[in-house]
Amino acid sequence: MNLSYYPGCTLKTKAKNLEDSAVASMAALGVNLVELPRWNCCGTVYSFAEDEELHQLAPVRNLIRVKEVESNKVVTICSFCYNTLKRANLLITNDPEKRNTLNTFMEEEIDYNGEVEVVHLLEVLRDEVGWQSISQKVQLPLKGLKVAPYYGCTLLRPQAVAIDNVERPTIMHDLLQALGAEVVDFPFATECCGSYQILSNPDFVSHCVWDILSSALRWGAEAVALSCPMCDFNLGQKQKELRQTHSGFKGIPILYFTQLLALSLGLDPEVCRFELNYVDPRPLLESKGLLRQ
Amino acid sequence: MLKRIGVFICHCGLNIAGTVDVKRVVETIKDYPGVVHAESYIYMCSDPGQDLVRRAIREKGLDGVVMANCSPSMHEKTFRNVVAKEGLNPYFCEVANIREHCSWPHEHEKELATKKALLIIETTIEKLKRNMELTPMVVPLHKRALVIGGGIAGMQAALDIASAGYEVIIVEKLPTIGGHAIQLAGTFPTLNRVPCLMAPRMAEIASHPKIKLYTCAEVEDISGYVGNFAVKIKTKPSYINEERCNNCELCLGECPVTLPAEFDRGLSQRKAIYLTPREAIPQKLLIDPGSCLHFNGNECHACEEICPTKAIDFLQQETIAEEVVGAIVVATGYEIWDKMNVPEYASDPDVIDGLQFERILSPSGPTGGEIRRPSDGKVPKEVVFISCVGSRDPEHGFTYCSRVCCMYIAKQAVLYSRTVPEGQAYVFYMDIRSDSKGYEEFVKRAVEEERVLYLRGRVSKVFRDGDKIKVWGSDTLSGKSIEIAADLVILATAMTPSEGAKELARKLNVTVDALGFLTEAHPKLRPVETLTTGIYLAGTAQWPRDIPDTISSSSGAASKVISLFSRKELLHEPTVAWPDEEVCSGCGICASICAYHAIEIDPKRRVARVNEAVCEGCGACIAACPSGAMRQKNWTAMQFFEMLDVATGAYV
Repeated sequence: MNLSYYPGCTLKTKAKNLEDSAVASMAALGVNLVELPRWNCCGTVYSFAEDEELHQLAPVRNLIRVKEVESNKVVTICSFCYNTLKRANLLITNDPEKRNTLNTFMEEEIDYNGEVEVVHLLEVLRDEVGWQSISQKVQLPLKGLKVAPYYGCTLLRPQAVAIDNVERPTIMHDLLQALGAEVVDFPFATECCGSYQILSNPDFVSHCVWDILSSALRWGAEAVALSCPMCDFNLGQKQKELRQTHSGFKGIPILYFTQLLALSLGLDPEVCRFELNYVDPRPLLESKGLLRQ
Repeated sequence: MLKRIGVFICHCGLNIAGTVDVKRVVETIKDYPGVVHAESYIYMCSDPGQDLVRRAIREKGLDGVVMANCSPSMHEKTFRNVVAKEGLNPYFCEVANIREHCSWPHEHEKELATKKALLIIETTIEKLKRNMELTPMVVPLHKRALVIGGGIAGMQAALDIASAGYEVIIVEKLPTIGGHAIQLAGTFPTLNRVPCLMAPRMAEIASHPKIKLYTCAEVEDISGYVGNFAVKIKTKPSYINEERCNNCELCLGECPVTLPAEFDRGLSQRKAIYLTPREAIPQKLLIDPGSCLHFNGNECHACEEICPTKAIDFLQQETIAEEVVGAIVVATGYEIWDKMNVPEYASDPDVIDGLQFERILSPSGPTGGEIRRPSDGKVPKEVVFISCVGSRDPEHGFTYCSRVCCMYIAKQAVLYSRTVPEGQAYVFYMDIRSDSKGYEEFVKRAVEEERVLYLRGRVSKVFRDGDKIKVWGSDTLSGKSIEIAADLVILATAMTPSEGAKELARKLNVTVDALGFLTEAHPKLRPVETLTTGIYLAGTAQWPRDIPDTISSSSGAASKVISLFSRKELLHEPTVAWPDEEVCSGCGICASICAYHAIEIDPKRRVARVNEAVCEGCGACIAACPSGAMRQKNWTAMQFFEMLDVATGAYV
């Protein structure tokens, strides 16, 4: 199966480990992620301004790229890209006036009327591949690895774009279970990581990250799995500081769910690019016998 | 054909006259063919208004009357009685609805509204001209009542009707009467213990010579009409031979199946063979076939083997009883919304719903009246109440306020504070709704004298943190976020109609609203009646209510039944369907679509027969009849044609 795939900027830079492990895993599951031609920035953060049309140009242009390749579906892997593209698509579908303004403004492009469906990779795994067929393809079950799934906010909020139950999502739980991991359900799985506050209010983000990580540890997690490069940045990069400020805190590896997927499907660990993770997960994975050469 | 018709136009204050030019209507209509008199008055339904009508009938020798005023559901009866007093057949009075159908919807189009009012009146005149003289039918009246539901509402209605001297049948789904009320620990605002309220009433019902009680029973089928409802009641077996059982309770110890007890809302356990709770009437031993191994493909005979009197009877079958009653009170009560619908709050055994906390507070509850939390039996020192869980939250499908939660939270918080003096109760609320007698004072006392801390704001999240349950909320009065490390959290979840109420409503031919509550005939003027004559509503089946409101509505329903039963005979509207036997081919389409089961096909002559006492005159069979054989008295096709000619005359 071929699916149009929108990578976004971070997956080509800081989160190369997310992209490589995702593309390789999906190939192993029989899904070919075909990168869109001429994609541009997703818009990064959905606009809350009333006068937002200009901000919507970037995401809508990307959806036009999808329409141009005659695809009716586009897969995103980054949670932020998912959120911006999905919401821009909803706006185009539900607001004929703004749709008209945007189409008129982009006169050099073909008209876009919401023909494309925006999905996240986790949805593809659940709805197209299926948990059962994933678990059948697992070569190296993540036995004994206690992983806490962390969802962050952009996969779930607002409700109109949620990929699962907003308050108690289970989609990543289900995936990790299919991979044979011991899933740790902890109460901060949907709390905010602090997001872009890292730029203007880094101390606040330290608070957020500490709350999330200490809760995951208290509930017995050895690693945290997530899908968002923004969350990964905050939850990973902040740990250096937290080790100074919280005695006894030794750090906890943060992994993209795709890295765990690749590992369990028996792919070469090289595709996981573990060297890009802020906290090196390899000692933990080795101790569990999950790193084969 | 009527030839001397009078037309009376009501101003209804400014309701009609503010929009419709009534003077012009009078001037125009008095020259209409067949009209010999026309006048208007500010309130036709008032005494002087009615006198105008009577005087005109006498002085002008009117043979028919058109009343142009409000909807016939308001005053048709009034004016038919008025003309009857002057010796006219009441069916020679027709209502032209120029308020609901004209002046109200066309408030801003005065000219058009006046024209429309004239057309409505003219069509009504054309109908009236061709009316027949009709006499209401006398139908038999069985002076026995059926009460569906044996909760506090059904009990009140039954006692009221029985004490007026009429027989009452109560059908209760559960093994015991008393409903949710006997689960409660106390009442607001007086903090009465519930057994003191309920026990004497329940005992009175059990021993009342006029009351017959069916428990573990459901209404299987209902047919008939006011005065003559035939009811089939299905009773589930208890699998106990009550004459043999000596209440030794040996069987309870032998039964290998343990499951959460419904009465304690899962906070205690029961066996598959179990006794109704101590509060219950009747006290009864029964086997629950849903969980009993014997009924689920297993050879278990544990209770049968230990029973010294051979009272266990696995072969008992359900029984169907048939009763004929004249009136029905529906008192099917409420359920509370399952807390698991709000996963952001309820994923922990120490997050409970309001009824579970009633059981914990109750002296006969699972903790013997000591306040202990479910997870580890510790006495909770910090208790958080969350109001409006579901209620007033359209996102969860509840647009309404459940009306009892604010008060029961205050009651529970006070009972808690008194039992655990070193503890602290917190209440998160949106608004405090305490609008009945003594309620505001009670809440005030809870705040000022009983140390209950009220926080105005919503809770965003509840989660386990070691031994504690963290509650995150906001206090919108101080503008601060709040975190409480609680030991127990109580959710006041929304009150919903009880399970099966919708299905029962369908059997009874009564309507439910979009939320599933039974609908009254008129929200203001007929609050305890349904649109099906002879069926009345009591308690929370209709709308969330507290105990005093439930008692009032139940007594209201009972008084309607009593006033119905106080009549010598029952009259039925004669505007019913009748088949023209010469045309009818006996195809049976009419019988198959009749919602009231009023039509049968005569097996001998192969023509339709209408049971006039059952026919409600809805007209469905007339529309469905392929040969035009079915007619309705005073709503004939001819009348419709004449009316249509007038109504569409301006457009042809």
